[in-house]
Amino acid sequence: MKYIKFLLIFLLAINSETYAKYPDAAGIIKKIDENMFSTNRVFESVMTINGKRSSRSIVSRTYSVGDEKSFTEYLSPASEKGTKMLKLDNQLWIYSPGTDRIIQISGHLLRQSVMGSDLSYEDMMEERKLTDIYDAKVIGEEEISNRKCWVMELTAKVEDVAYFSQKLWVDQESYVPIREDLFGKSGKLLKRATLENIKKIQGRWFPMKFTYKDMLKEGNGTVFEMTDVKFDQKIPAYIFSKASLKK
Amino acid sequence: MKIFLLKGILKDKSRSLLPIIIVGLGAMLTVLLYSWLKGVIGESIIMNANFNTGHVKVISREQAKTPEQMAIDLSLVNIAELKKELKKNVSDMDWVERIRFGSLIDFPDSEGETRAQGPVIGWGLDILSPNTKERERFNLAPSIKRGKMPSKHGEALISEDFAEKFEVKPGDVFTLFGSTMEGGMAFQNFTVSGTVKFGAQVLDRGAIIIDIQDAQQAFQMPDAAGEILGFFNSNLYDTEKAMKVKVKVNAMFASDTDKYAPAAITLQDQEGMGQYLDYADAIGGILITIFISAMAIVLWNSGLLGGLRRYTEFGVRLALGEDKTHIYVSLLYEAVAIGLIGSLLGSFVGVLISYWIQQVGIDLGGMMQGSTLMMPTVIRTAVTPTTYYIGFIPGVFSIVIGNALAGIGIYKRSTARLFNELEV
Repeated sequence: MKYIKFLLIFLLAINSETYAKYPDAAGIIKKIDENMFSTNRVFESVMTINGKRSSRSIVSRTYSVGDEKSFTEYLSPASEKGTKMLKLDNQLWIYSPGTDRIIQISGHLLRQSVMGSDLSYEDMMEERKLTDIYDAKVIGEEEISNRKCWVMELTAKVEDVAYFSQKLWVDQESYVPIREDLFGKSGKLLKRATLENIKKIQGRWFPMKFTYKDMLKEGNGTVFEMTDVKFDQKIPAYIFSKASLKK
Repeated sequence: MKIFLLKGILKDKSRSLLPIIIVGLGAMLTVLLYSWLKGVIGESIIMNANFNTGHVKVISREQAKTPEQMAIDLSLVNIAELKKELKKNVSDMDWVERIRFGSLIDFPDSEGETRAQGPVIGWGLDILSPNTKERERFNLAPSIKRGKMPSKHGEALISEDFAEKFEVKPGDVFTLFGSTMEGGMAFQNFTVSGTVKFGAQVLDRGAIIIDIQDAQQAFQMPDAAGEILGFFNSNLYDTEKAMKVKVKVNAMFASDTDKYAPAAITLQDQEGMGQYLDYADAIGGILITIFISAMAIVLWNSGLLGGLRRYTEFGVRLALGEDKTHIYVSLLYEAVAIGLIGSLLGSFVGVLISYWIQQVGIDLGGMMQGSTLMMPTVIRTAVTPTTYYIGFIPGVFSIVIGNALAGIGIYKRSTARLFNELEV
């Protein structure tokens, strides 16, 4: 009995030391949310899709408000120019200038690739804060690209998420994830994202370059590079209307 | 002796009626089953060749790894030049380019916004050229339920069932929405020129047929196609010839190191068609074996019963000095005669029924709900030259084997005990 008591005390001591070693996980993801999410943002980006046979770059401008509203206009190349996407809550519409049609995307189509990239419509729409959809715990500490990172495991606490769990490597200095492994419910690794070129913009740390790799398809991944990003802007309300798609 | 035996068979109905009925039924079933399976498999092979596999198919090497997938990004490029090469080197085939695609059809409401959407499998094929054979291969004109054939670019045929589901009629406009060869978004408006019913569930659930040039435009594939299909001018698949073409075409591009270089595969290299063809070839043998085995057992039993009934007759014949072998041979002659009569009657009825089913067909559409196989819903038998004689093989062999087995008992009769047996 004496030995059992001793063993229990010993195990408790080890356990509390393990937790004491790492900061509070909830605090880390709160800081990530503060960096990555804003009331609204306006950005221009270049998405380079490294396909199996060729690479191509698509330039776009996006306006987004929290996780409810988003409007993207494709600026180049010529074949995509004028294509627009509008997201309102869980609904997504695409306007194609060639057909002058507004087409709604729903159901399983939301899991399809956007413009042949490694990103799905669902990925583009997922703008919810991590604290709202995941439970987190810190499972270790590693160094990636000469940056000290907390290794975190996130598990969904709501049903309607694109990825059931995530493994994040969070930069200990900026509190920006610099690598994300995204898993399905079966535990299969579905996508990997690498976040680079972290800059301080309007008081927050923000990665300007994202590299996504759909682990289920061939190709060399998609690089999403923001050329200009502004937070907390005044965005006219008409931007987020179906009428603006045809303008 | 043969005429004597024949008279005996015809006059002594108790000796011949039951075996003739059994042989006749067996022969009829053999004929029916053979023509049924030949019909089903034959139709499926033709349908698959015309819609999907061709007799030989040229695709990119990457696509050849998974030929059943419709990966538009693995398409062939520079197809005008490629077709010229194929026509020059393999002139006895009709080479046609096609684009198979999986896509979404979006039907607009009066405001031009999405009213309904549905997934479709589609074909871009040459339907507008004056000398194209593609219209016949897809049996398009007879398959039209409403509307008419596309007569100009921008017109499309869609499945009747799909059109009904989405309340679409000829003249309505829809948008085809998919991915371009490069992975971009493909949007193209089309007008429904007509609706079609192919008689295969997998197609009738949701298919769209557009002209190859419209498909090239929609999916941004100038001078590109998903596949180039080769059809023998005879329109009949020939395994040996197809293999030769495959070897020849692959040799043409052997030095090309590009992983998207053309590669040829035959019909039997695709989607389990090889096993299907082997199965089709083996049907006759399988059926004959099954029926000979089953009927020989039945007729052996019937022969044993007959032997028991004719126990006294054989005893008298032996007592009169007839040789055992002579009795045994006469028994086999009788079996041959009964087998021929039964097979003739059974084959006649079997061929008649087969011919009727070939003409009328049996609609099994209700049983194929949800089927993903490319099989016709109206099943027809195929009356081929083999149909006329296939029933005779099990018919004659089974009764001869049955009687040969039963007749062995004759040799077990002891001549010394015959008079004792006959006194009883």
